Amino acid sequence: MCLGVPGRVVAIEGHTATVDFWGVRRQVLLDIVDEPVSVGDYVLNHVGYAIRRIPDDEIAETLALFEAVLAGQESGDLLADGVRSEIAGTGAGGDGDA
Amino acid sequence: MATPDREGPFREAAFRDPARASAMSGAIAKAVSALGRSPVTVMHVCGSHEQAIAKYGLRAVLPRELHVIMGPGCPVCVTDAPEVDEGVALALQGAHVATYGDMLRVPGSSLSLADAQAEGARVHLVYSVDQAVGLARRIRGEVVFFATGFETTAVATAAAVSRGVPSNFSILCAHKYIPPAMDVVAGIPGSKVEGFLAAGHAATITGWSVFEPFVARHRLPVVVAGFEPLDILAALLRAVERIRAGSPRVDNVYPRCVTKDGNRRAQEAMWRVFERADGRWRGIGEVPGGSLRLREAFGGLDARRRFAIDATGLPARTPRPDAAQCLCGAIMSGIASPGDCPLYADACTPEHPVGACMVSSEGTCRIWHEYGGHPDLGDIT
Repeated sequence: MCLGVPGRVVAIEGHTATVDFWGVRRQVLLDIVDEPVSVGDYVLNHVGYAIRRIPDDEIAETLALFEAVLAGQESGDLLADGVRSEIAGTGAGGDGDA
Repeated sequence: MATPDREGPFREAAFRDPARASAMSGAIAKAVSALGRSPVTVMHVCGSHEQAIAKYGLRAVLPRELHVIMGPGCPVCVTDAPEVDEGVALALQGAHVATYGDMLRVPGSSLSLADAQAEGARVHLVYSVDQAVGLARRIRGEVVFFATGFETTAVATAAAVSRGVPSNFSILCAHKYIPPAMDVVAGIPGSKVEGFLAAGHAATITGWSVFEPFVARHRLPVVVAGFEPLDILAALLRAVERIRAGSPRVDNVYPRCVTKDGNRRAQEAMWRVFERADGRWRGIGEVPGGSLRLREAFGGLDARRRFAIDATGLPARTPRPDAAQCLCGAIMSGIASPGDCPLYADACTPEHPVGACMVSSEGTCRIWHEYGGHPDLGDIT
């Protein structure tokens, strides 16, 4: 019931969007989404309602945050060097699936 | 025929990157090691978190000292037996009862909705509240939407109500509100929980600032987390760092969906229709302010007012003799894990569940039964 699924809007008619979820298309209502939604946008769907438009730049922001978390920038700590070198060593996908 | 778009949501694949996951795993191990004690317990409160943790086998890449446990995060599981009884009674009294799928087999104190359906009651599974509204538009009889779940489903119910419903539609409200339940669990005497992961999708609605009073009260860190492997690993790393530093605060590592103030439009819809009330959560007990009820202005939609619900006349049920051994309550409180339960995967299985945690796809026992709770890579390498 509580499953939240991101998908991409492929059509909008009134308050209803057709959203593609990994190739499955469903109707999603836009009544309570936080921002105006356009075709091509990503939305987070919960029980037939979009509850969030997921902006592209915030995908990048989350990924950047992960780097910051890993680098310990915010907490000023400990792990930075070891982890950075680990990332550097596995960044090409080498032994990253350990 | 249009070609399905198979690129779109795969954008999420960035959050499953093995190299970053491996680095996160190493960083968590170092952070836990720096703490120098065991166990370090972090609780999440969301069935979708447990599904992701179990499905991706994340516990296998966490240090043994770090215990990641699930609290009261299964909306089906925490729906109290008397609430199920009301739905069953309404169905047996002749109403069409529409509800989300997992609710069907959840035991009440007498019958489940599936039992009632087998006896001829009209119980309808819906994916969305709007399907229940659509049903009410198509038929003449009374349709009762048995409304369960947390903030994310409550906003959907509120939106449907705001749009307008036919006169033969009413709501049996069992919606729950998560933050107060975190208070109850954090306050359990002897609780070993040192930090919480907050459910990213409920927080998409409420915003992360809703957890600030909790942090101030309990001096425990809260990290708002998404649902991909990296989201969860990053949140655990941040939680352990906060525990180590002794500087509890709210961190948001799910900024692509969660903002400080949340989805105000959804909040306005929710609080226009619902208000908080005291109520019972199955397995947890009384949760002050942890239930949602329809506001007075929407009292006409309240099935409890529209109908004289008589759950006292339901047939007496002889409980299974082993039901007293069920640990669902302790599991949902984070005191026990499925492996501690003598019934788990033996007398209690998805086909023959004893407790609600084995019924729902969001219940801890069901998830562990499906994916394995704590895979040990040492067993297979």
